[in-house]
This record gives sequence, C-alpha cells and structure tokens, in this order.
Amino acid sequence: MTDTTAVSKATASTNSQAPVGPLREFWAYFSENKGAVAGLIFFMVLVVVALLADFIAPHDPIEQYRDHFLVPPVWVDGGSWDFLLGTDAVGRDILSRLMFGARYSLFIGCIVVSGAAVVGIAIGLFAGYLGGWVDTVAMRVMDILLSYPPLLLALVFVAILGPGLENAIVAIAVIQLPHYVRLTRASVMSERSRDYVTSARVAGAGTLRLVTVTILPNCLAPIIVQAALSFSTAILDAAALGFLGMGAQPPLPEWGTMLAEAREFILRAWWVVTFPGVAILVTVLAINLMGDGLRDALDPKLKRS
Amino acid sequence: MSLLEIENLTVEFQTAQGQFRAVDGVSLSVDQGELMAIVGESGSGKSVSMLALMGLLPWTATITADRLEFDGIDLVRQSARDRRKVIGKDMAMIFQEPMTSLNPCFTVGFQITEALKTHLGGSRATRRARAVELLNLVGLPEPERRLNAFPHQLSGGMNQRVMIAIAIACRPKLLIADEPTTALDVTIQAQILDLLLELREKEGMALILITHDMGVVAETAERVSVQYAGQKVEEQTVRDLFRDPHHPYTSALLSALPERAQGKKLPTLPGVVPGLFDRPEGCLFAPRCAHAFDLCHKRQADQAGAEDGFALCHTPLRKGVPASLEGQVRS
Amino acid sequence: MIKLLFRRVGLMIPTFIGATLLSFLFIRMLPGDPVLLMAGERGMSEERYQRLLHEFGFDRPYWQQYIEYLWGVLQGDLGESFRTKVPVLQEFLTLFPATVELSLCAMLLATVLGIPAGVIAAIRRGRALDHGTMGAALVGYSMPIFWWALMLIIVVSGQWGLTPVSGRISLLYYFEPVTGFMLIDSLLSGQEGAFGSAVQHLILPTIVLGTIPLAVVARQTRSAMLEVLGEDYVRTARAKGLSPFRVVGIHALRNALIPVTTTIGLQIGVLFGGAILTETIFAWPGIGKWMIESVSARDYSVVQGGLLLIAVIVMVVNLMVDLMYGLINPKIRY
Repeated sequence: MTDTTAVSKATASTNSQAPVGPLREFWAYFSENKGAVAGLIFFMVLVVVALLADFIAPHDPIEQYRDHFLVPPVWVDGGSWDFLLGTDAVGRDILSRLMFGARYSLFIGCIVVSGAAVVGIAIGLFAGYLGGWVDTVAMRVMDILLSYPPLLLALVFVAILGPGLENAIVAIAVIQLPHYVRLTRASVMSERSRDYVTSARVAGAGTLRLVTVTILPNCLAPIIVQAALSFSTAILDAAALGFLGMGAQPPLPEWGTMLAEAREFILRAWWVVTFPGVAILVTVLAINLMGDGLRDALDPKLKRS
Repeated sequence: MSLLEIENLTVEFQTAQGQFRAVDGVSLSVDQGELMAIVGESGSGKSVSMLALMGLLPWTATITADRLEFDGIDLVRQSARDRRKVIGKDMAMIFQEPMTSLNPCFTVGFQITEALKTHLGGSRATRRARAVELLNLVGLPEPERRLNAFPHQLSGGMNQRVMIAIAIACRPKLLIADEPTTALDVTIQAQILDLLLELREKEGMALILITHDMGVVAETAERVSVQYAGQKVEEQTVRDLFRDPHHPYTSALLSALPERAQGKKLPTLPGVVPGLFDRPEGCLFAPRCAHAFDLCHKRQADQAGAEDGFALCHTPLRKGVPASLEGQVRS
Repeated sequence: MIKLLFRRVGLMIPTFIGATLLSFLFIRMLPGDPVLLMAGERGMSEERYQRLLHEFGFDRPYWQQYIEYLWGVLQGDLGESFRTKVPVLQEFLTLFPATVELSLCAMLLATVLGIPAGVIAAIRRGRALDHGTMGAALVGYSMPIFWWALMLIIVVSGQWGLTPVSGRISLLYYFEPVTGFMLIDSLLSGQEGAFGSAVQHLILPTIVLGTIPLAVVARQTRSAMLEVLGEDYVRTARAKGLSPFRVVGIHALRNALIPVTTTIGLQIGVLFGGAILTETIFAWPGIGKWMIESVSARDYSVVQGGLLLIAVIVMVVNLMVDLMYGLINPKIRY
C-alpha cells in the first residue's frame, strides 16, 4: 500500500491560493470601502496642513488687518486674492485661521482619546476581570456619569475648572471614559471564561499578565473603532464648548470659537460662519468614515469568507 | 416520472479570498415518494446544494446547472415570484438548529398558520384547526395550548416538531431534511427520525435526508448519495452501498463506523477536507486515499457506470479491491 | 414582570444617591467661597455672612450637610435661583414642557424617517441606496449642530423667509399656558393662526435637534436589520415561500426593532437634557438654555439643582426604556 501521508505533501495545487496575512487582509477589506480610504487621505492631508501651517498659511492667524474687516471670499464681489476665504470682523484671514485651527482640533482629539482610552481600558480590564465589588463600584460610577447628557456634564466640569482649552480637554476626556470602561469590561467578561484564558492561567500566568497580554489583544477591535468615534466626538464637543464660550478662548483660532465670534454676523457676512463649520464637518466626516471602515474591516462577523 | 432532477449543479461563493466552489457538478434524481440520503463530512456541499435548490443562498452565491427540475417545473428559468409558490408548499425544507430556526417574536401557532395562509388561504378557523391537527400529527402533546407558546418556551425536540409541522402543512411532495437531528439529544433523535419516516408513509412524500451519520442512513434510507468536497463521489442503494462500497471514500467512511471495527483501534481517515487554499489538482480525495496512484493526482476521474455506483474514481473498488485500469495489473 | 420593575428601580437607587452626591459635591468643588457662591452676592457684612453660613448649612460637618441636602431634595426643595428668586424646582417645571415638546417632535422625525431609511439601506446593502442613505446619515452625524442651525437660519429664515428665527410662537399671540405644550395650548386657545404659528416655530429647531437622532436611528436600524437578516429564522421564513415584503417587514423588522426602540428611548433621554445648543440658538425657553445661562451667570443653585433633576429625568427615561424592552422582547416577557 502506498503511503498516503507522504503523498499529500508532494501534491501540487492549482486552484489554490496562499492565505493572505492579517495586515494585508485588513487592508483588503478597508480599502474596499472607498469612503474610508477617502477619509484616510483627507485626514493625512489635514495632519500635514496642521504640521506645516507655519509655512503654508498665507497670513498669521492672529494678525488683524484694520483696513480689511469682513472681506468676502475671493469669488464674491469685493473679495481679494490676499484673503482667499475672506476675513472676519477684526480683519483676520479666515483661511490661515482654519489652517492653524486644524492643530487645535487634532491636538484635542489625540489627547482626549489617549487619556480616556488609557484610563478607561485600565479600569475596564480590572473591573471586568476581577469582578466583585471592584466591578460594582466602577460600573456604578460609570452609570452615574452616563446618566448626564454629555455636553451638560462637560459644561459643568468646565464651570468648575474654569473656561479654557485645557480644561475643556479634561472635561471631554472624563465624559468619554465610561464608553471605554464599558467596552473593555464587556469584552473582558466574555473572553475571561474562554478556554485560552483558562489554559494561560493554568500555565501559571499572573493576573496582570493575563489581563494585558492574553485578554487585551482580543478586545482591541471594538476599542479601536470606539477610538475613532471618540476622536470625532471630541472635536465636536470641543467646538461646542468653544461656541458656548467655555472652551478655547479667543483669539485662539479653534474652529468652534471662531463660530462663536461669528454668530452676530450670520446675515451680514455668511463666510465667517460657514467656513469654520465646514472645516469641522469635513474633518469629523473623514474620521467617521475611517471609523466605519475600521469597524467593517475588523468585525469578524461581517467578513465574507 | 422523476420528481426531482438535478444535473451538473455548481455553486460558487464570492469571498474576499477568491471564488470558492462549494458544489461541483453534482447530479441527483429523486422519484415520487422516494427516500434518498445525502451523506458527507462538513464541507462536502451537501447542505449548499439543497439550499441552492430552494433558492435560499445569499447574493454572494453563483448557481449554475444543466438541469434543475422539480415536478416538471424548470427552476433555472423560473421567476422568483413563481418559485415562492412552490417553496413551502410542494417543496419544503427543515433545518439543523431548531432553537434558532423559529422566529422568537411570534407564537408557534402564528408561524404555522402563516404557511397555511400564504399557500392555501382559508378562514382563520380552518387554519387554526389544521394547525392543531398538524401538531397532533407531529406528536406534540396539548396542541391547543402550544399554539400560543413562543419558541423559547419549548425544548429543542419540540421546536423541531414544530418545524416539521410547518414544513408539511401544505402537504409537500418533497421534504428536504438538513441534518434534522444533529442538534438534538440522542433519545430525541430517534423519535424525530421515526416521525419523519412515519409522515413520509402517511403523506406519500419524497424525503431527502442530509446527514453525516452513516448509522442513520443504514436505518432509514433507500438510496444514498455520498458527497465529498462538493462533488458526488458515489450513489447506490443502501444495501448495496453497505455491502460493497465502490469509492474509496465511502469505504473509508464505513470502516470508521464503530460497529464495523475489527481490532482495538478505530481506523480513521488521515488529512482534512480541502478548503479554499489547498484544492488539489486531479482527484480531490487523492491526498487522503489509500489506493491513490499517479493518475489520481493529475487528472480528475470520470464518473463510473451504475454497476460501480457512479463512483468518481479511476479505479473503483470492487469488493475492496481497486479495479484494473486499462487492463493493467496493479500491485 | 413586576419583579423586573422592582429590580430595576432598586438598581436606580444607588445611581440616584450617586447623582445627589455629585450635585452636592459640585458646589463644594467650585473655586471660591461656597457661601458667596450660593448667595450670588459679593461684599456682604460679616453678620450676614454668618447668617447665610448657618442658613446654607456650611458650618456643619459634611455628612450632616449631605443628609440635610438629601432630605431637602426628597421633599422637592432644591434651593432658589439667585437671579429670579424662584425655587429651582418650580422654574424647572415651568421650562421643562418646552424641552419635552421639542424633543418629542425631533424623535418623531428621527423615527419616521430613520427606520425606513435603515431598512432600505439594509435590504439594498452595498448598492447605491445603501451608500446614499448611510452617507447622508454619516454627514448628519458629523455636523456640528450649532453650525447646522446657523446655516438653516441663514438659508431658510434669511433668504427664503419661510420660518421664524426664534421663540416658540409669534409675539402676536398670547395666552395662558395650560399644558405647557405650545402645540396643544395654541389649539386650545382658539385663536386663529396660533397653531400654525406654533408649528412654524417648531420646524427648524425640530430639524436641527432631530438630525443626529435621525442619523443614529437609521444606522442602528440598518445594522440591526443586517444582523437579523442573517439569522436562521429568516431563512425559515423564506423557505416557507413568503414574499420578501413579509420576510423583511414582519419577520425581520419585528426582531430588529427590539434594539432600535431601545436606542430611540435612550436618545430621548439624551435630548431632554442635551438640547442646549439648539435651544440657545433658537432662543427656545427650555431647560437646556436655562442651564447654560445659569452656568454663565454663576447661578449655582440652578446648576446644582438642574443637574440633579436632569439626571433623575434621564434615569427615569432609561428605566422606562428597560421596561419597554422587557415588554417587546418575548424572551423576557414570557
């Protein structure tokens, strides 16, 4: 009798393909989503603009041109090529302010997400894994935080801390916290009874290692998606606080603050109101598109094979 | 006249990794009132071919066939709307997981009478009476009370009986049972199988039983079709198959049955069913076949004749010995 | 079911205590002297200071203060607004109906447009209609709503002159509020054109406030539908030969609506306390505007009391959503 096990190795394959690695597979799914890719491209452009604002912005963002109050954008009657998107009430170039404003938005997003994620994940991991009173206390606190409408809570925190960009960031990070805690905790709780965790524990892994090395990587997918969502929510919330006068204070060219200053001119000078809002919209849209793409690419249930 | 004629059915799925051929040139024919079993491992395409027949596959599937006829109706050219008149009425299917196959938001009575209303009409009273009758037929105690029960309030076995009741509500000519007992307790398995056989007798309907359990096949079927990796590799009557399997895969399956074991160790088949990435050139079973030789790895076999059980093999087994190839004696 | 109700209410209690704690601590966390903050005055005599100190209870130990505060809350005493000298609870009750009316209209819009949009996107998955509706939802979701409001005002009120810019009803009409809901009261008043004016004033704020819930409901419906459409029982329904309308509209939707109605309920809770931006821009006299004004004016009794009240409202709404979920999900109800 021929030895079949040796034979199977020698068999050539025709209709077979080698399985693709995880990173390439992720990119294959992600890039299928044209919107997500467009979002990614826009986001990278934004990062570049923010980093190079000093060099590519036509004007200084806080310089006031006394002779050029409320100049309309270049394509409208009365516009000028010096100020492509027009000027605001005190003669500052809107385009330059938008470019520098990108820095604030990106900065806010990064700090809020990192802060909320790191602290939130830590709390969630331990609450979920240890259970018992640690879990109960953590979840009660998160429930209380979640029972307030987010913007209101952020407002109150800022009222306590005083208006300003840094305080706004802290306030927004705190209100994002419960999302990470809940997400991590839910993932941990469903993973902790799985066989691979038990076998790691039996092999002698301590709690810290179990939680960070064994369980955490398997919970990452929803957290990554949440991070994208948080980033965009942070930008929107910061803009809202700025609009209400509680966030970044003038003359900082934060997009929301720009809208607060522009409010009285909505009927007279529409461009002062329109462009900062468009900037916020497009940025948040790009990030949300990326977030959607991330979610679709990372969710095993939606995979086609 | 043949009730069901399938000729050269192929189903391909579009995946991120390429096209996956789940069913590869399968042919099948079932007569009125016949009991056919389709056997195979997971991944053999046995469920997919029947789902394709019923039109229940997702949009990622491409179905091609030379012939797909049920009761004289050409299913290939039929419109979706016309097909819906046949499905659930003359051709019905029950599935493997009874606990998830019933809608959790609607009562059992609603789900049964819905099938009746769609195909047969009639008044609410007649439908309700028929539903009670059906539940009695499938052996569910206290049928009037059960009509108002929700699926999660019933056990797996009871849910499967309800599924059967729904399927036979319009007296179908063909019932396809896709592993109906796999998810149930062993004791319930026997009951459900007996029920299916009993109903078949009473209603005179044809039954296609899909299973991976050769024991079930031995006890129930008249004819058997064996599938491997999407292809049909053998088809015979049950008695003949058990007596003299012609395809090496069938032979290996049978020898793995505990009842047939000789000696202390149960013989197993080395290797696994080929998936998307390791489809061999030539015969799909060759990598695992005890009787494979050079030609097997290069070229796929043609289907042998009826006396060899239509085996998809270059050298079908006859009483355990591979037939000679073109007169050459093999060692 | 009754057991479920008691259990849920029981769970609410620690959260409620926590909310009162937070409100209680809030004043004490603010920078500055609490007595001066509560009184809202500056430069008072020492004697008055001592009197207020005692009156507000700041001279007693914290835990005692908290008990007194909690006791007051349970009796409905949340202090007094220093701007209007009206008790906080009373002011809240006067303004709350305006917010409720606006929120309910916004959610109605979100539901009536959002659910069908989500269903269509799910059944036409991957095609133009799916991308279109979800793209629109994404844009709605990504907009700063204060900017959206301003844009709508510029175009619809400014250029087209179709809607008013602020308020709940034209100043031409005056009548005593009966229910606090302008739509009802204007009808009851019998004055010609009052109802029409009330409706007109509701249009833009409803669109603005409802945009995000609309987007959320549409997306949620789509994803719930997609999940349900992959379930075994949908396959069974198709195997019965049911028409696609029936399979999707009855079998699938009924199941998909379970998580969706939960989302809708929760969104209502968010809207009740979170309509700050919309109310501010449209000068809508609801509790959102009341809160922001109080924060700006440092009217801390209002902030403290309002926070607690809003938290309680949200908790009650969430409780009702939980109960409703228990009712519509047969697995829990039976």
